This record gives sequence, C-alpha cells and structure tokens, in this order.
Amino acid sequence: MSKAFTPTAAKPGVITANDLREGHNVWMCEDGWTADPAQATLFEDEAIAELALLKAIGQSDLVVGPYMVEARRGPNGPEPTHFREAFRQTGPSNYFHGIQATKQSEAANV
Amino acid sequence: MFDARPSDAEYVRHRVSQFRAQVARRLDGSLTEDEFRPLRLMNGVYLQLHAYMLRIAIPYGTLSPDQMRMLAYLAEHYDKGYGHWTTRTNIQFNWPKLVEIPDMLEHLASVNLHSIQTSGNTIRNTTTDAFAGAAQDEITDPRPYAELIRKWSTDHAEFQFLPRKFKIAISGGARDRALVSAHDIGLRIVERDGLRGFEVWVGGGLGRTPMLGKVIRDFLPEEDLLPYLEAIIAAYNLTGRRDNKYKARIKITVAERGLDVFKADVEEEFRFRRADFRGIDQEALAGFRERFAPPAFRNAPVDGFEAERKANPAFRSWTDTNLHPHRIDGYASVIVTFKAPGATPGDASAEQMRLLADLAERYGHADIRISHDQNVVLPHVHKSDLPALYLALREAGLATANAGLTSDIIACPGMDYCTLATARSIPIAQEIAEHFRAEGLEEEIGKLNIRISGCINACGHHHLGHIGILGLDRAGVENYQITLGGDGYDIPAIGQRAGAGFPAEEVVPAIDRLLRAYLELREDALEPFIDAYRRLGPAPFKAALYPETVDA
Repeated sequence: MSKAFTPTAAKPGVITANDLREGHNVWMCEDGWTADPAQATLFEDEAIAELALLKAIGQSDLVVGPYMVEARRGPNGPEPTHFREAFRQTGPSNYFHGIQATKQSEAANV
Repeated sequence: MFDARPSDAEYVRHRVSQFRAQVARRLDGSLTEDEFRPLRLMNGVYLQLHAYMLRIAIPYGTLSPDQMRMLAYLAEHYDKGYGHWTTRTNIQFNWPKLVEIPDMLEHLASVNLHSIQTSGNTIRNTTTDAFAGAAQDEITDPRPYAELIRKWSTDHAEFQFLPRKFKIAISGGARDRALVSAHDIGLRIVERDGLRGFEVWVGGGLGRTPMLGKVIRDFLPEEDLLPYLEAIIAAYNLTGRRDNKYKARIKITVAERGLDVFKADVEEEFRFRRADFRGIDQEALAGFRERFAPPAFRNAPVDGFEAERKANPAFRSWTDTNLHPHRIDGYASVIVTFKAPGATPGDASAEQMRLLADLAERYGHADIRISHDQNVVLPHVHKSDLPALYLALREAGLATANAGLTSDIIACPGMDYCTLATARSIPIAQEIAEHFRAEGLEEEIGKLNIRISGCINACGHHHLGHIGILGLDRAGVENYQITLGGDGYDIPAIGQRAGAGFPAEEVVPAIDRLLRAYLELREDALEPFIDAYRRLGPAPFKAALYPETVDA
C-alpha cells in the first residue's frame, strides 16, 4: 500500500483517514470529512491535492493517518481502484459491519 | 534482575489512569499522533482497516469464568457483540472507540486483565500448551514458569525497547503443543538425572523469513530460568539489528552471527547476571505453584459416558475428535472449536463466552484455556459430565466435531480487518470448511492442519500448516500461494511453496484436487496427509495442484 500517491487528471485521488475519536474511516469532502466515500472530493490536480493533504495532516485533532489514494470518477462519486480501498468503503466480508451497515441504516431512516 | 513489584492490580490500575490521561492529551491536542502512537501501542491499541483494535493479553491462554464474562461484557458494550481469539492466545476487539478504550481497560483491570505489552518491541504474552496441567504426557504444569516469566518481563525496564517484538513459548508435554520451535525463545520442560530443567530453543519465528529455532542449551537447570532468559534477551538487545526492521528479530541475529558466537555472548551475560538473582525468583515460583495447584478432581463412574457413546453417534463422533487425554482417570480435556462451517475462525460471540464461563463452572473446575489454534479448551471435565456438556454446547452451535480436521483452520483476520494484510483470509477459510463439509470428505481425510495468512507476516502460521495458504496482492488482485509439508508439532517443518499462486476462486478447487489426490495416494486410512507427503515427497501433490503443467 503506497501512501505516496500523487493524483493527476489521468489518475485522480481522494484523501482518506480515520476518525480520531471513534476510529471509523472518513474521506475529505468539500466542507470537512465524511463517512460516505461517495461524497469525497476527487483531486485531479497535483498542487491542489498536495495542499489539501497538508491541510488534512494539520487536522490531527479530527483525524488520524490521512493519506492520498487513487480513485476513479464514478456515476455516484469517486470509486476505489484497489480492493483494499473497496473493503475500507464497505466493511468486512464476514459480517455486515462497517460502512455498509451505516449506509443501510441511514437509507432506512430517510 | 527479578524485582518484586507492587501488586499486579495496583500496577495495572496505574497504567489505566496513565493511558486515560494520554488519550485526553491526544484529544486536546497536547500530543501529536506521532507522539501518541507508541503510547497507545504500549496499551495494545492499534489502528486497523476500519477502526481501532484493542488486543488484550490472556496470560498463557488461561481465563477464569469471571474474566470470560468480562470479555463478553466488553464485546456487548464496546464492540459489536464478539471478540476474536488470536494465534497467540490473546483476544482482539475489532471496533472499539478510542474515547472508550480507557473505560474498557478499567473494566479489564477489575478482573486482572490488561493490554500491556500486547504490542511494541517488548516481550509479549508467554504462551503455552492449552492442555497445561491436564495433559497425560506432561512432565509438569508449565504455567507457574509462564507466570514467573510474565511477572519478570512485565515492565522490565531493560527490555521495553528491544530491536523487535519478542515471543516466548513454554511446553511441558512429551509432545510439544506450544510451537516451541517457532518462537524467539522456546522452552521445553525436561528431566535429567532426577532434576527438572529446560531445553532452550532460540531464534525461531515465522513472518517473511521463516526459521525454526535452534537448541542453545539442552539442559538449563530450573533455578537458572530467569537469569538465562535475561542473558539471551540482553545479548539480543545489544547485537540485534536496529537498522532494518525486517532483519531485527532474534532469528536473524542468530542466523547472521552464528549460534556459537551468539551463545558465547549469552553465556558471558549469564555469568554475571546470574549473581543478581538471589532466590527471590524461586520464592515467587513456589508461590505460583500453589496458585496453579490442581483442582479437587473427583472419582466417579464413567458408565453414563460410555452408554451415551454407544447410543448417540453424533456424541461419539464429537468425543472421538474433540477430547484430549487427561492425566487423571475418568477425566478428559474438551476442545470447543470456533470453526463451525461458515463461521469466522476464532470469533466468539458474547453469548458463547458467557455460556463457556457457565459451563466451565458447572463441569470444568472453573478453568478455561484459549488455544493458539483459535479454539477454547475446558481442560478438566469429568467424563460423566460430557453428555450434558455436549448438549449445552450443541445448542449454542459450539459442538462441531472437527478438532484437528480439515475445517479446524487457523486464519488471521486478513484484509477483512488488518491494515497490514495483502489479501483476505477469512472467506478462504470459510469456503474450504464449507466445501469439505458439503462433500462429506472431512472424516475420510482425517487429521489435517490448514493454516491461512493474509500477508507474509504469517499470523495465520501458514508455514506450519500441512497445507499453508498465503494471501498476496498480485497487481491489484487477491492471489493465494500454497505451501506444503509444514508442521508445528511432531516433526517441526516449514512448508515449501508448491508453485504459482491461485486467484481466490481457484483456491477451493485446488485444495480439492490436492486432497483427493492424497486419498488416492495414501497407504491406508490411518496415514495422515502429512505422513503421506513425507513418504512421497512433493511431486504427486504438486501434480494434483497443477494438472495443466503435467499435461503439457
């Protein structure tokens, strides 16, 4: 897992981390951090991305371990390109826990 | 030097309040993550793929019913209702919130459990035989020594920043069931000329450079245990490599410097360290022996057990596979496997934990063990109680008759949870277990150890599996390498890679071909897979795994 990925227009990326207090996975979005990976900001410009990553690193009171990782543009927002990130965006395969469960309960409450 | 410190409970509570303050300082910004990480790791708190993870030490795998109930309470109140038995006889919770971990540790302290030295470059939990104090072939219960090692190594000032983590295992049986040869230091209790002592192994370990340990002392007198351990670790602490994390374990130190050179350093350290131990360790040991005194075994007829075996084939099958011979007539040790087909190897729900606590009190002299193969053992059960115990276990889905069989698979959490993993382990274990159960082949195949790791760090002990499976990331796709011929027990051996890896969906068919070939090749139904492999060599098994290569 390379954590030194730099996005470009051809290979965009998202910034992801874990919530400091609770530990769940979060993604950087327009107004902070979201637990919904589809809401993540997709970075296509190296300079903007680097600045955003610096900002993320500066928010260590909110998140832990931020890193940039490759993603692709999908119809409903950024999508993972590697299975590791796909698992982070859903949850474990042995139980219906993690983000897949959060999403379902949110959908049920709409 | 061995030092009588304040009582365990006092020390553990001190550590909890210390950690509570550290978490508070992390949250208010006084500590950066770089500063906080080593502090949380000293308390067993990792950051994993989806959440934090808390690893709790289960000293030498022994739990009391009240401790087990506390783990159930934590699973329900701070996690998602379950915990995971690890291959080092610890338990991991996969979903704790950082802000709640100090409370979890406080609860644990109330039953004398903790997470100290479950991470970091320290001496980790000393592991032993799950049948310690019960096994028929045992020289003596290894747990008093394990407790002595725990007391000495906990917060040992000299050994808090070793080059790398350090794992000790101790075994008291004629047959080693503690994987002595796969530990940084392995101890086998031996007797010579009427004296008790240890055969001391050093430099074993799995991971990216798997090696079996070497015997550094064939007989260490009992009273020299701590000074000699201290001498080994001191020599390693000084000469172990700190320039390269992957060459920092003692196995590399011993391999690079040579056993003789390393041993000379150890003996030199031992010469002057021995004088520091003035008998306080032996006094402590005598106290621990009392603490681990055998329970009041009863003498009762076992007619009911034999009658139930005749009447109930399912019970008979379970007693055939899931019992281990006990040193006391009329008793058996019971292996409760957490490997029901479809289950996650080693996962226990809060209900299952509570049930085991109750059953241990009712039928098992209130003694519970966690085994390195991710099962639970009730070491002392009178055979007349086995029919009732079996029924209670069966109702909870815990009476699968598969101990030591194909579906009794060791699997690390893999990429379903672990941030180091390169592929998943759990679904592969589930698919193999389900497949061979569905095919009805498990009983026919007999004794078989399948071990799965989700990365080269080898927490799933794949090198020691008769069949080992290693999950890798090959160009962004999960891929599984198969190793053959490993053994952690009778004739310790590191499994050898059979050939190219398989995509996830081809693993079960490959193992199916392999085991069907074994059934054809074995001399008779009594020849286990590993014996057939040793007799025939890898060629016919590789041919089964890679039929297209043979055709070509």
